[in-house]
Amino acid sequence: MVHISKRLRMPVAQAMAVRLGAIALALLVCGIITTLTTGLNPLDVYASMFDGAFGTERKFWVMLKEVAVLLCVSLALTPAFRMRFWNLGGEGQVLMGALVTAACMINLADLVPEGLLFVLMLVLAPVAGALWAAIPALFKARWNTNETLFTLMMNYVATQLVAYSIIKWESSKGSGKVGVINQSSNVGWLPAIGDNKYLLIVLLVALVCVAMYVYLAHSKHGFEIAVVGESVDTARYLGIKVNRVIVRTLLLSGAVCGFTGFLLVSGADHTITTTLAGGAGFTGVMVAWLAKFNPFAMIGSSFLLVFMEMGADEISTAFGLNHGFGDILTGVILFFIIGSEFFINYKLNFQAKEVEAHV
Amino acid sequence: MAEKQLAVRMRGITKDFAGKVLANDNVDLDVYHGEILALLGENGSGKTTLMNSLAGIYFPDSGTIEIDGEKVSIASPKDAFDHGIGMVHQHFKLVNVFTALENIVLGINDGGKYDLSAAAEKVRQICDTYGFDVNPKQKVCDMSVSQKQTVEIVKLLYRGVDTLILDEPTAVLTPQEADRLFDVMRNMRAEGKSVIIITHKLNEVLSISDRVAVLRKGTFAGEVLTAETNAQELTDMMVGHSVSLNIDRPESRPRHRMERIRVKNLTVRDHEGVTKLDDVSFSTYNGEILGIAGISGSGQKELLESIAGLQRPESGSVEYVVNTVGELEEVEQLVGMDPVKIAELGIVLSFVPEDRLGMGLVGNMDLADNMMLRSYRNGTSPFVDRKAPRQLAERVVDELAVKTPGIDTAVSSLSGGNVQKILVGREIASAPTVLLCAYVVRGLDVGSSHLIYDLLNRQKGNGASVVFVGEDLDVLLELCDRILVLCGGKVSGIVDARTATKAQLGLMMTKMEGGEA
Repeated sequence: MVHISKRLRMPVAQAMAVRLGAIALALLVCGIITTLTTGLNPLDVYASMFDGAFGTERKFWVMLKEVAVLLCVSLALTPAFRMRFWNLGGEGQVLMGALVTAACMINLADLVPEGLLFVLMLVLAPVAGALWAAIPALFKARWNTNETLFTLMMNYVATQLVAYSIIKWESSKGSGKVGVINQSSNVGWLPAIGDNKYLLIVLLVALVCVAMYVYLAHSKHGFEIAVVGESVDTARYLGIKVNRVIVRTLLLSGAVCGFTGFLLVSGADHTITTTLAGGAGFTGVMVAWLAKFNPFAMIGSSFLLVFMEMGADEISTAFGLNHGFGDILTGVILFFIIGSEFFINYKLNFQAKEVEAHV
Repeated sequence: MAEKQLAVRMRGITKDFAGKVLANDNVDLDVYHGEILALLGENGSGKTTLMNSLAGIYFPDSGTIEIDGEKVSIASPKDAFDHGIGMVHQHFKLVNVFTALENIVLGINDGGKYDLSAAAEKVRQICDTYGFDVNPKQKVCDMSVSQKQTVEIVKLLYRGVDTLILDEPTAVLTPQEADRLFDVMRNMRAEGKSVIIITHKLNEVLSISDRVAVLRKGTFAGEVLTAETNAQELTDMMVGHSVSLNIDRPESRPRHRMERIRVKNLTVRDHEGVTKLDDVSFSTYNGEILGIAGISGSGQKELLESIAGLQRPESGSVEYVVNTVGELEEVEQLVGMDPVKIAELGIVLSFVPEDRLGMGLVGNMDLADNMMLRSYRNGTSPFVDRKAPRQLAERVVDELAVKTPGIDTAVSSLSGGNVQKILVGREIASAPTVLLCAYVVRGLDVGSSHLIYDLLNRQKGNGASVVFVGEDLDVLLELCDRILVLCGGKVSGIVDARTATKAQLGLMMTKMEGGEA
């Protein structure tokens, strides 16, 4: 008979050891799967994955940019999640920010000076994201609608809005693409620092990360978010206006998503597509959970997920494997990491079942 | 008693939860046929754990159980039923939309067909034998707490249970209902059944049981025949050292006695429009403890929340008397205020709610942050100041002797008594003029309860107006100055606690049952 009982608290060092053990075990299982299904040497495969992320300086910076974007979306979701408001609408909120940024770049490039253009984009993109998040928040506050479904559905609306705009803006009729915006003039493009075009994005997101940490851990707003998340009754007892906190927090959450949209369009892609966010709104959920909503730990978890994704891309080209194979490896590793939390929180007591007397 | 047959024999029962203290540590217990055994102990002493091991809810880590001399393994409630053991839990396990009869036969699979009329006949026989008053056709959702409890007991007897375990059965009953339950228990004893009653109320132990087994901190502290013991001896066994059982009621004479809270014609309805408070009027005074008695759910929660600014009443007023000088009176209306606005008026109103971890505190936050719940708004900075709350936490831990590894520990990992000390400590730290508290000693052991009584008395001495919602009538009568009795949301009277009796309160608590008076 096995009894499962909850642990009081595992020391941090021991918990890290469990997690590292889980990763080691995951790599072992991945190796076995690789050998059995493809006949390849797993060490070669791992080396190739490493190459995908760190192989060249360009790859390295692309990876940093990807990490920054994913981290920024995860940071955006975190205040809502701390409040137990399951904002699954990150994707749509990013798209709305991106849409507004693209609209500014396309329509205003010739009308206003570039400095004003940046100001407009920096204000309007977060506002668009914030509004997109505020709609489900208001419904939640007013009629207690289910935020998970509502935010999810808002993603599809945003995607369709973007699709519609792309047709309006398409570069050559019938192409279905916007193409690179302001390709010759580079108006509204986030400037490169030196000749590194991604460094500014990384720095901006680092700033967001620190700010979000301070906001959540040390501000009065952050404390209210924590109280509402833990117990609405306690919040009511203290006179915290729960509905106001919900709407306020979602405005922030959406605004940071909208800002991410700005970074993607103005800083990275210089174009807009319906798949611009690339699932970051959902992957960000995983990043936030893996890091237990700690902004600094999210740097690690978003790095891990981006590394796995790029590694999977690399091995699919290097070994001619299906991209799905990389996903299998990612899945196995995540399974072990998430599964290890069980052993951190619970303990198994093994005990032989008592033999009944007088059979 | 020597000729009695042994029914249950538990030996060396040990049960360990999550590496905390052992819930049961090598406990021995004997139960005889045809006796009422009281299982006595403070909260957290392992009474319920021990009985859950007998009823198949838990499986002990080690130890043996013998039923009628035969060693058995009880791994599920069904195993327990098969051995004639059944338990009535504190939280009833009934299906609300089913009738009494349907609940009684629910889950029985004896291979026969589903014959409700035969079952009804059997239920009637059981009721006649033991003196139960059950209407088999009544739906559980229409029943009072006491009726639900009766259904739970009949359910066990219907299944042929010989050993009944009742977990704190009187906690939810009026004195009159408790007496009826005791009559039924005596009838069961006369039929040769064994009844185990889990309780920490000494007067009940003395009036109903034949024998008392005492647990203390998970270990067996001894057993005595009820006829040969008294309340003081039992308490000493329970606590492990000698304690005084008397509750102080200091006479406080405020220099300037005046009304503090004046409630007028207060009516409150809940979301579904059910009237929870009906035209309630009363006043509280500074330097007194006003007790609120009543069956649980008679409007106590709504009353306190209306005063604290957490409920929007349908009609009526709640006035806070700031000061009186001769005929002149400075009054603030509290209806329509929320806790923040009340505080902004300079009124220091503290509230210890019934649901400590779900409302008064945040279980997952540490002690310091829980202190900060009340004070985080202080100052104009957008950032919180953790220094003052940390100092307050240190002080409360120190002054109230809270057992905790430190102030960075999550409150939920503390025991019930320590959780309550944190909450009460925070609420009185602001030197309130009004202190509202709901079931403030529920689940606390004797020592912690007395510490809380002392704190309340000290607030009273400081001139605060204390409102004490309680369930133990003995405590209400000993501690309070006046007692307001609620019944079905109405005030059935306010009595002087120095002259009132328990029976009188009990009658007032049920006065309006069965029709408008």
